Amino acid sequence: MNETPRWASESFWKKTAIWVTAGSFLILIVLTFDTLSKTSAGSTRVPDYTVINQKIDYRFDEKLNKFMPIIGGEELLFDKKYTAEEAEQLVTLGKKTTQAKNCMNCHTLLGNGAYYAPDLTKAWLDQGWISRDMREDMMLKFLMDPENNARTFGSGRKMPNLNITEAEARGVIAFLKWMSSIDTNGFPHNFTSIESEEE
Amino acid sequence: MSSNESSAVLTNPSALWHKACTAVNRFKAWVALDGGNLSPGQTLAVKYFCVAVVLFFAQLLFGLLAALQFIFPGFLYEFLDFSVNRMVHINAMVVWMLYGFIGCIYWLLEDESGTEIVGLKWGNLAFLILTAAVALVVLVYILVQIGSGTDSSLWFINEGREYIEAPRWADIGIVAVMLVFAYNVVATFNKGKWSGIAGVLTLDLVALAGLYVAGMFYMTNITHEQYWWWWVIHLWVEATWEVLVGVIMAWSLMKLLGVRRKIVQTWLYIEVALMFGSGILGLGHHYFWIGTPEYWLTIGGFFSALEPIPLVAMVVHAVYDAGAHAFKNSNHPALAWIIAHAFGNFFGAGVWGFMHTLPQINLYTHGTQWSASHGHLAFFGAYATINIAFFYLAIQHWRGGVWMAGDSQNAWRWKWALGLLNAGVLGMTIALLIAGYEQSFIERAVEGSTWGGYFSAQNHPSFQNAMVWRLIWGLVTFAGLGLLIWDLLTIGKGETRKAQVIEPH
Ligand code: HEC
Ligand code: HEM
Ligand code: HEM
Ligand SMILES: [Fe+2]
Repeated sequence: MNETPRWASESFWKKTAIWVTAGSFLILIVLTFDTLSKTSAGSTRVPDYTVINQKIDYRFDEKLNKFMPIIGGEELLFDKKYTAEEAEQLVTLGKKTTQAKNCMNCHTLLGNGAYYAPDLTKAWLDQGWISRDMREDMMLKFLMDPENNARTFGSGRKMPNLNITEAEARGVIAFLKWMSSIDTNGFPHNFTSIESEEE
Repeated sequence: MSSNESSAVLTNPSALWHKACTAVNRFKAWVALDGGNLSPGQTLAVKYFCVAVVLFFAQLLFGLLAALQFIFPGFLYEFLDFSVNRMVHINAMVVWMLYGFIGCIYWLLEDESGTEIVGLKWGNLAFLILTAAVALVVLVYILVQIGSGTDSSLWFINEGREYIEAPRWADIGIVAVMLVFAYNVVATFNKGKWSGIAGVLTLDLVALAGLYVAGMFYMTNITHEQYWWWWVIHLWVEATWEVLVGVIMAWSLMKLLGVRRKIVQTWLYIEVALMFGSGILGLGHHYFWIGTPEYWLTIGGFFSALEPIPLVAMVVHAVYDAGAHAFKNSNHPALAWIIAHAFGNFFGAGVWGFMHTLPQINLYTHGTQWSASHGHLAFFGAYATINIAFFYLAIQHWRGGVWMAGDSQNAWRWKWALGLLNAGVLGMTIALLIAGYEQSFIERAVEGSTWGGYFSAQNHPSFQNAMVWRLIWGLVTFAGLGLLIWDLLTIGKGETRKAQVIEPH
C-alpha cells in the first residue's frame, strides 16, 4: 500500500475535528450572548412582566407575513395595577407553579412538552374563555377545579385537579398572560384570538 | 404460596426477608453466572447494565400506561395521571441509557488503557449512591407527584422540566457521581496509556457532564429557560451522545470484527468533525418559536439540515467494515444490534429528524405527535440498540467467553427479540407519524392551535386509530423486551465451545 494521502490521515482529521468543534462552539457562545440580551424580560421580543397590566392580542401582520403579538393600552388583571416588582413576583409564582405541578408533561408551552393537552403559548387569548369580561373568572375556576369545569370537546379527556390554590392560580394566569405577549416568530400560525370575536 | 404462609409473611418481616433471600438464591442458581469470568471493571459495568435493563422495563411499562390513557382517558385518572406516567417513562429512558453508557465505558476502560481502573472502589460506591438516589427519585415521582408553587417543590419533588425533571438535590448528586466517574476514566488513562479513542472519550464526557449543569437553574423568563433547557437536551442527543456512541462503536468494531485501530480512529475524528460541526449550531432548530431572534431560523435550519451527513458516514463505516471483514465475528447478536444501531440512528435521527427540521415545515409539525414519532425512532434506533449490543458482549464474557456465533442453541430467541423490538418501535413510529400529519394539518394549519382546534384533531378518526395502533405496536415492543431479558439471562448457558478469537486484520 502507498503512503496514506494527507486528506485521509489520522492527524489531519484530528486537527480538523478540533478546529471545527472549537469554531462552532465559539460561534454558539457569541450567539448566546446576543440572544440572551435580545430576549431578556423587557426587550422587544420578550416584554417586561408589567405587560400583564396591558391589553394583549395576536394577529396576522400583512407586512411581516406572520402572526405577531400586539400590545395595547391598559387592561388590568384582577382589577389591579402591578408595579414592576409585584408583576415579577406574581409571574414567578405562576412559573414555579407550572413546574411544580408538571404542566409540561401534559401540555406544550411554546410548543415544547407533551402532547396530551392543548398548547398553552397563547392560552390567555383562547376563545374558549368566551369573552374578555368572563375570562379571568373562568380561568381561575378552571385551574382550581378543572374536573368540574371540564370542556373536553367530546373527548372525555379531562385535566385532573392539581390542588392549585387561588394565589397560585392567579400567578399562573399572570404567567400565561405574559407568555402570550412573547414574539414567537409566528407560532402558532392561524390562531384566532378571543379579541377578534369581540369587534 | 398458601394463604397461611402469606399471612405469616405479612405479620413477620423477618419471614419476608427470608423468603426474598431464598428467591434471590434460587434465581442465582438458575442463571448460573460466574462472576469469576469478569475483571473488576467489568464487574462494575455489569451492575450498571443490570439496573439499566430493569429501568428499560419500567420505561415500557409506564409508556404503556400513558398510551392507554390516550384511548381511555378515565384510566388511572387522578391516581396516576398521564403527566406522572409520561415523566417516569422518559426519565427511566434517559437514566437507563446513561447507565448503559457508563457501563460500556467501565467495560472498555481496562482494555483500552491497558491497566486496572484507578479508584475503582469510589466507582463502586458512586454506583450504589446513584442507584439509591434514582430509586428515591422515582418513588417520590410516583407517590408525591406534585408540590406547591415554591422552591422547595423544585428542590425535593420535581423540577417540571421535560427529561430533566429530577429534583435539584438529585441534580447535585448526579454531578458528584459524574465527577467520580470522570476521575476513574482520566486517572486510569493517565496511569495506563492514552489513545485517540481515550482522548475523544474524555473530552466528550467533560462536555456531557458540563452541559447537565446548564439545566440546573430556575428562571422565570421562559424564553431563557427553554434556551438553556435545549442546551442540555439537544447538545446531549445530537452532539455528545452521538460522539459517545461513536467511541463505543470504534472500540466495538476493533474487538468484534478486528478492524485496525488507525482506521477506526480516523473515522472517529471524521465523525466528531461532522457531528459537532453540524450539531452544535443545529441547536438552532429548537430556537425557531421560543421567542429567540429570527436569525435562528436560518442558522438552525441550515446546520441541522447537515446533521444527517455524519449519520450516513457512520452507516457507511459500520457496514463497510462488517462487509470488509466478511461479517466474521464472534458474537452474532451483538453485531446484529450494532447494524440495527447504524440504520436506526440514520433513519430515526437523520431521516425522521430531517423531515421536520426546516422552519417552514416545523411551524406546523412543532409540538405534535410528529415530534413523538421522531423521538421514539431516534432514541430507540440510536441509543437503545447500541446498549443492547453491549449487553450481549457483556453476557458472553460473563459466561466465560463462550461461542455466540452461528449455530448456537436457542438462537431463535435473540432473533425474535431483535425482530419484535424493532418491528414494535417502527410500528409505533408509523402510527405516530400518521397522527402527527393529521395534527399538523387540522390543529396547526386549519384551526390555528386553539383549545378547540386541539381537540378537533384529537377526535379525528385517523388520530384515534393511530393511538390504538401505537398501543398494539407498543405491546409488540414490550413482548420483544420480555424475550430479550429471557434471552440475556439464558444465552450461552450450557454452551461448551469457546468463542473464536478475532485478530486485527
Ligand atoms: C394530567 C395532564 C394535565 C396536567 C398535568 C395539566 N393539564 Fe391543563 N389540561 C389538560 C387537559 C386534558 C385539558 C383539556 C381539558 C378540557 O378541555 O376540559 C387541559 C386544559 C388546560 C387549559 C385550557 C386550555 C387552553 O387552551 O386554554 C389550561 C389553561 C390549562 N390546562 C393549564 C394547565 C396548567 C397551568 C397546568 C399546570 C399547573 C396544567 N394545565 C396541567 C391536562 C393537563
Ligand atoms: C439520535 C439523535 C436524536 C435524538 C435521540 C432525537 C430526539 C428528539 C426528541 C425526543 C425530540 C422531542 C423533544 C421534545 O420532547 O420536545 C426531538 C425534537 C426534534 N428533533 Fe431530534 N433527535 C435526534 C436527532 C435529530 C436530528 C439529526 C435532527 C435533524 C436533522 C433532529 C430534528 C429535530 C427537530 C427539528 C425537533 C423539534 C421537533 C418540534 O419542533 O417539536 N433530531 N428530537
Ligand atoms: C411499550 C412501548 C412504548 C409506549 C407504549 C410508549 C408510549 C409513549 C407515550 C404515550 C408518550 C407520550 C407522548 C405524548 O406526549 O403524547 C411517549 C413519549 C416518549 N417516549 Fe415512548 N413509548 C414506548 C416505548 C418507547 C421507547 C422504546 C423509547 C425509546 C427508546 C421511547 C421514547 C420516548 C420519548 C423520547 C418520548 C418523548 C417524546 C416527545 O416528547 O416528543 N418510548 N411514549
Ligand atoms: Fe435537536
